[in-house]
Amino acid sequence: MIVAHPSLPGVRRVFLSNPKAQTEYDVIVVGSGAGGGMAAYQLAVAGLKVLVLEAGRNYDPVRETPMFKLPREAPLRGAGYREKPFGFYDATVDGGWEVPGEPYTNAPGTDFRWWRARMLGGRTNHWGRISLRMGEYDFKPKTRDGLGADWPLTYQDLAPYYDRTEMLIGVYGGDDDLENTPRSSPGVLQPAPAPRAVELLAKKACGPLKIPVIPAHLAIMTKRQDANTLPKRIHPDNPLAQRVLAQSMRERQACFWATPCGNGCSIKANFQSTTVLLPPALATGNVDIVPDAMVREVTVDRTGKATGVSYIDKRTRTDRHVKARVVVLAASAAETARILLNSKSEQAPNGVSNSSGLVGKYLMDTVGAGLGGQIPILENLPPHNTDGASGMHMYMPWWLYQEQLAGKLGFARGYHIEFGGGRSMPGNGTFSGLETYTQGAYGKRLKEEARRYYGSFMWFDGRGEMIPNEDSYCDIDPDTVDQWGIPVLRFHWKWSEHETRQAAHMQKTFAEIIEAMGGKLTGRVETDGSRAIARGGQIIHEVGTCRMGDDPRTSVVNQYGQSWDVKNLFITDGATFVSNADKNPTLSILALAWRSCDHLLDELQKRNIG
Amino acid sequence: MSDAPELPNTDGTDTPIGADESAPVTLKRRDALRVLAAAATLPVLDGLAAGEAEAQGTTPRPAAPAAAPATQAPTGVTPGPRGTLADPDLLYPRTNWPRRLTTAEMVTITALCDVIIPADEKSPAASAVGAPSYVNEHVSAPYDGNQRDLVRVRGGIAWINLESRKRFSRDFARLTAAQKTAICDDICHLPNAKPEFRAAARFFDLVRDLTATAFYTTDAGMKDIGYVGNVAMPKFDPPPPAVLRQLGLE
Ligand SMILES: Cc1cc2nc3c(=O)[nH]c(=O)nc-3n(C[C@H](O)[C@H](O)[C@H](O)COP(=O)(O)OP(=O)(O)OC[C@H]3O[C@@H](n4cnc5c(N)ncnc54)[C@H](O)[C@@H]3O)c2cc1C
Ligand code: SF4
Repeated sequence: MIVAHPSLPGVRRVFLSNPKAQTEYDVIVVGSGAGGGMAAYQLAVAGLKVLVLEAGRNYDPVRETPMFKLPREAPLRGAGYREKPFGFYDATVDGGWEVPGEPYTNAPGTDFRWWRARMLGGRTNHWGRISLRMGEYDFKPKTRDGLGADWPLTYQDLAPYYDRTEMLIGVYGGDDDLENTPRSSPGVLQPAPAPRAVELLAKKACGPLKIPVIPAHLAIMTKRQDANTLPKRIHPDNPLAQRVLAQSMRERQACFWATPCGNGCSIKANFQSTTVLLPPALATGNVDIVPDAMVREVTVDRTGKATGVSYIDKRTRTDRHVKARVVVLAASAAETARILLNSKSEQAPNGVSNSSGLVGKYLMDTVGAGLGGQIPILENLPPHNTDGASGMHMYMPWWLYQEQLAGKLGFARGYHIEFGGGRSMPGNGTFSGLETYTQGAYGKRLKEEARRYYGSFMWFDGRGEMIPNEDSYCDIDPDTVDQWGIPVLRFHWKWSEHETRQAAHMQKTFAEIIEAMGGKLTGRVETDGSRAIARGGQIIHEVGTCRMGDDPRTSVVNQYGQSWDVKNLFITDGATFVSNADKNPTLSILALAWRSCDHLLDELQKRNIG
Repeated sequence: MSDAPELPNTDGTDTPIGADESAPVTLKRRDALRVLAAAATLPVLDGLAAGEAEAQGTTPRPAAPAAAPATQAPTGVTPGPRGTLADPDLLYPRTNWPRRLTTAEMVTITALCDVIIPADEKSPAASAVGAPSYVNEHVSAPYDGNQRDLVRVRGGIAWINLESRKRFSRDFARLTAAQKTAICDDICHLPNAKPEFRAAARFFDLVRDLTATAFYTTDAGMKDIGYVGNVAMPKFDPPPPAVLRQLGLE
């Protein structure tokens, strides 16, 4: 029985309540986040029958997003707690550093953290929306400095998909054209928002330091998409795609410059799989979504072809199997590896698609280190609205490519800087710690000091490239299963000196910027980078585990995310990443997923698969 | 520590507030309310007493209607929070854990909140916008960090009353402004506090932080410091000239 869902008038939202009614699909997509949402959309508009299996609950941002809700209306003024680490209103359901009933483990000496969300749309409901393209160097890092591995494709191969992805989801940004920081084609990006005061101040301070400060790229719409022309440009020969996309674009509003994006966006102004990809996918009538469906295994026949997947219906705790001509995994990088490693058969004793033995290997995160400052010149600023697009309007791309190549820095790869501060909405803890600044003020003096210090703090976070290494990977923990009986992942982690030195360089740079603004550091600058660097996984950019390549012996999938071993099995999440440039991964996941789908369709058409 | 700026912890330490397994007890009651509300489509008030909610500047709200009618959606796939700690109802939040501080303890906390944030020409005193009941909410919460704070706050209340009686023969709340100041000056700054006042200084700083969080998240507090956001706008303007002038960015 397929039931129309009433939550979105105008969009025929269907969910399969009894998967037995239809037992075969063209494609099963596992996961509905960035990679899964894009795959479901692309394959559905191409006319395939798609079943999306999502481990989390159904989630509707239009109805559930707490727009304009204030901290004081939330328990503990919106503070984070174990089950909601990024705050009460954060759009993470059943997730965070822990998922109830679904543990993971760390090998001795490892302290890896794995952020997950169990909801339709996955982590795209609350991600930071920072959407940076990888550049030419980023696809060929080994060629450039001899470390890590090259991608089996070039920037030019992906550039058209970046363009189309940015037009589809809506990304604001500037048209700067800096080294390894590519610009989009004309007319692709939305206008960058006006910089805030703190951003202009940092830009001025960075001038003499020769650090570029340019418009950030975020998946947020600063104006409405042109539903009359864009769909034709994005899908030139596909009337169905044009129709559903135009309808979807008409339902999206532009950002109204208030409310934190991390809580989700009910007016669909920013990118979430649940507001941007799944509605038009469902509107094709070609997609069924089963929430609460925890996939545990890809099944294969004796010829090694994927036949479908087995999953646990979490509502009834029963095991089910669905068949399809093609299986697409997009459960997020680590979870995709987990599914493959748990898919054991006689032909594949080490897991499906693992003849190379590389599934789970070369797990990467982003290098992170931060520092804050108190900036006296920002004290007692005249009140003005600085909410903006909630995320940053400006950022600093990596700028020392030449010095680095010449070996002057002591670490091989770069980082960009995310920063902010100023007069944002007071929340839990905004005025904590005044004791230190005010020598213990209380009474009327406390009120004066609060007026003075409010808005005078800034933060700087480095986001840098980690080079894949042999010691950072995940495998199956033989001793532990989750509440569904599925063996869990065990993480192994090590930073190299390339990362720890980079983290130390970040802090030194932030101190220079803060001091150039006349500010005082609120934290310590560590010269030992291993004390400054965030824990593995903590920046939540985990990628790798099923890397792509040209050679089946040294990679798990080809450049289209197609398994070398199982031709009708594709991966469209960050698992296929060969390197993890400092550019936040999600835009690349989306663009690569699109490219994978084009190849998948091609393969079906040529009858190579299915 | 991701792209989103990190959220400050309530207790100012690096440890996230841990959860207590006993918390779901209150949620069971809440589920019952939700079913009830759906059955009768009657508004059910939030767990807070209405008066207290008002004092906090929180309007009591009817409980969420239990999503869509059963005829329209199959069970289990209806969107909507389940009301657990990991999936709370964000539109109709509730803080319905039992309050731990006694009436007498609240008298002391109220007095202390108003010493920390008194009324002035720009904004009211902390107690006028419900800060004392926020302190109670915080120390009553069923998380590890909050439970530690409960001990500190309770101990601090006992200490400050003893100290008041020792010096001025009355409880803290009944002291004159000058007498209150005499005590608070000894405990308002940990680095300067004499050894015998160090524990009290930690208590004072905790209550100062809690009072400031409570106060500056209310309308009156946000107005006081000049936070003017959280309003939908057709466009986002660059900083006004007065701001650029102050920053030397003209
Ligand atoms: C707070 C935060 C801020 C971030 N900011 C940024 C940013 O600014 N820029 C950026 O590029 N990236 C950012 N990220 C990272 C970004 O969210 C991820 O890169 C992106 O969501 C990955 O997409 P995905 O499809 O691989 O995984 P997800 O979005 O996590 O989706 C995977 C989905 O698969 C489901 N699933 C998992 N296991 C199974 C299973 N066994 N069976 C069925 N379904 C399953 C999950 O429930 C989930 O819905 C941020 C992340 C967080 C948490
Ligand atoms: S800032 Fe803009 S895009 Fe972000 S949630 Fe608010 S309205 Fe939506």
